[in-house]
Amino acid sequence: MSILVRNATRRFGDFTALDDVSVEIPSGSLTALLGPSGSGKSTLLRVIAGLERPDAGSVEIDGRDATSLPPQRRGVGFVFQHYAAFKHMTVRENVAFGLKVARRPKAEIRARVDELLELVQLPGLADRYPAQLSGGQRQRMALARSLATQPSVLLLDEPFGALDARVRKELRAWLRHLHDEVHVTTVFVTHDQEEAMEVADRIVVMNHGRVEQVGGPRDLYEHPANAFVMGFVGAVTRLGEHFIRPHDIEVRRQPNGTTSEAMVERLVHLGFEVRADLVLHDGQRLAAQLSRQDAEELELAQGQIVFVRPSRTRQFAEAPAG
Amino acid sequence: MAASTLARGRAGQEVRGGAALLRGTVTLYLSLIVVLPLTAVVWRSSRDGWGAFWEAATQPQALAALRLTFAVALAVAAGNVVMGTVIAWVLVRDQFPGKRVVNALIDLPFALPTIVAGITLLALYGSSSPVGVDIGYTRAGVVLALAFVTLPFVVRSVQPVLLTMEPDMEEAARCLGAGPLTSFRRIVLPTIAPALLAGAALAFARAVGEFGSVVILSGNIPYRTEVASVHVFSLVENDDVGSAAAVSVVLLATSVLVLAGLNLLQRRRTRHAD
Repeated sequence: MSILVRNATRRFGDFTALDDVSVEIPSGSLTALLGPSGSGKSTLLRVIAGLERPDAGSVEIDGRDATSLPPQRRGVGFVFQHYAAFKHMTVRENVAFGLKVARRPKAEIRARVDELLELVQLPGLADRYPAQLSGGQRQRMALARSLATQPSVLLLDEPFGALDARVRKELRAWLRHLHDEVHVTTVFVTHDQEEAMEVADRIVVMNHGRVEQVGGPRDLYEHPANAFVMGFVGAVTRLGEHFIRPHDIEVRRQPNGTTSEAMVERLVHLGFEVRADLVLHDGQRLAAQLSRQDAEELELAQGQIVFVRPSRTRQFAEAPAG
Repeated sequence: MAASTLARGRAGQEVRGGAALLRGTVTLYLSLIVVLPLTAVVWRSSRDGWGAFWEAATQPQALAALRLTFAVALAVAAGNVVMGTVIAWVLVRDQFPGKRVVNALIDLPFALPTIVAGITLLALYGSSSPVGVDIGYTRAGVVLALAFVTLPFVVRSVQPVLLTMEPDMEEAARCLGAGPLTSFRRIVLPTIAPALLAGAALAFARAVGEFGSVVILSGNIPYRTEVASVHVFSLVENDDVGSAAAVSVVLLATSVLVLAGLNLLQRRRTRHAD
């Protein structure tokens, strides 16, 4: 179901967490709220869930005004960064919680819980307590719990933030699959641009309580609206007023008239790619990104003089934010 | 390497030696302070034989005092479970001016000599009550005195648990459709239950043994407002140490049973906390 946030503002004392934010989240989409910490992304998610009241503005879920509805009447599923597992209940009781509160018949609850545990790949662990599960398992249990009542909207607040890198990768892919299967409108908060790009089909980039840009992963990367977005969704290097992606810097051995002379200050080998830190003759620094093959063909070495030319640059009217 | 193994071995021995010393100290201390006196009471009560013990313990006046003591102690503990939780909740979750004063006030019954508490309560709720409530020398007076001296136990055991409880469990419950009451009953209550039971056990134990405040306010009327501790005291005053010991043993045994029961409940509740 679609979500519509209009002109939401939320202050905590002197701090403005949300500053007149308007966002539309289309039905069935998988949207990431991406931004640095303090950008207001979690607050926006909590406003949608009803866990936080906006000082001004409105929230519409599926065409209905939900601004004054308490969380228990919004029909949203919410997954917390630290799982929020009910420690005194078994996995089965955790997942069944929403159904029990809704007074569903016992047989139905049992069947639904079994089905969900199957979906999150925890079928053998129904009678364990959360303390007996790993972090990844706890988070999958929390997901099953939030899906039990068939919410119209699934909200996840940095769902993989507390997990180690390997499990995080696994769960990302798995969330993507889950969304393809369940099709529930999903919004998740992350500060990790790679995570947002990998999982989401739409990204809302936030900074200082405002929405900087909304778009698909590729769209944001190729056509950032401002310097902040450009810098946040990928690596960036600067040449005066020009913002350049490091892989958009052409490195040659010979000058061709449009190139500038530069010295290789340092070479960093990152497996498939090679990063070259360059110093131009006027002292400006640039970072270039090359494939390993290109670097080998150029026989790049530290201290070597090369000739560079940005193949694609960007300029933004405003001063770079943040 | 041999040297380091040796050093580690010695350190290990030292730790083990230190642990043994500590354990010995604890055992000795507890023996002197708790176990020996209790044993002495039990031994004293049995000195005149089982028949005499039984006769002393089942004296109608003794039975009445014991019955009153345990009934009121249980009632006071139960009342504390409710009111203590409410007070702790308000002190943790609510913001209001003067909160710190109220918070400091909770410890007052601990700080005040219980005799003083008795005198204060008698002055306020006795026959010359300025507020027109006269419950001096009644069972209501006994309840009031015990409620006063046991107030801090549940509040102070529940408060830190509520303080450290992350809000996300309750928020998760809310998102799953639970209203504030359901969330409290299904999420908060099970979380604070061990602390709640521990506080209730302490309040109960204190109420069973309380003397100072009750002796002033209750009037110590046999069969009506005389509690066990006061009854034991009057037996001792009348030089009937054997009977006093017998009643004390019944008091002791019943308290141990109730505390063990509460402890068992508490342990069952803490099993899955991580």
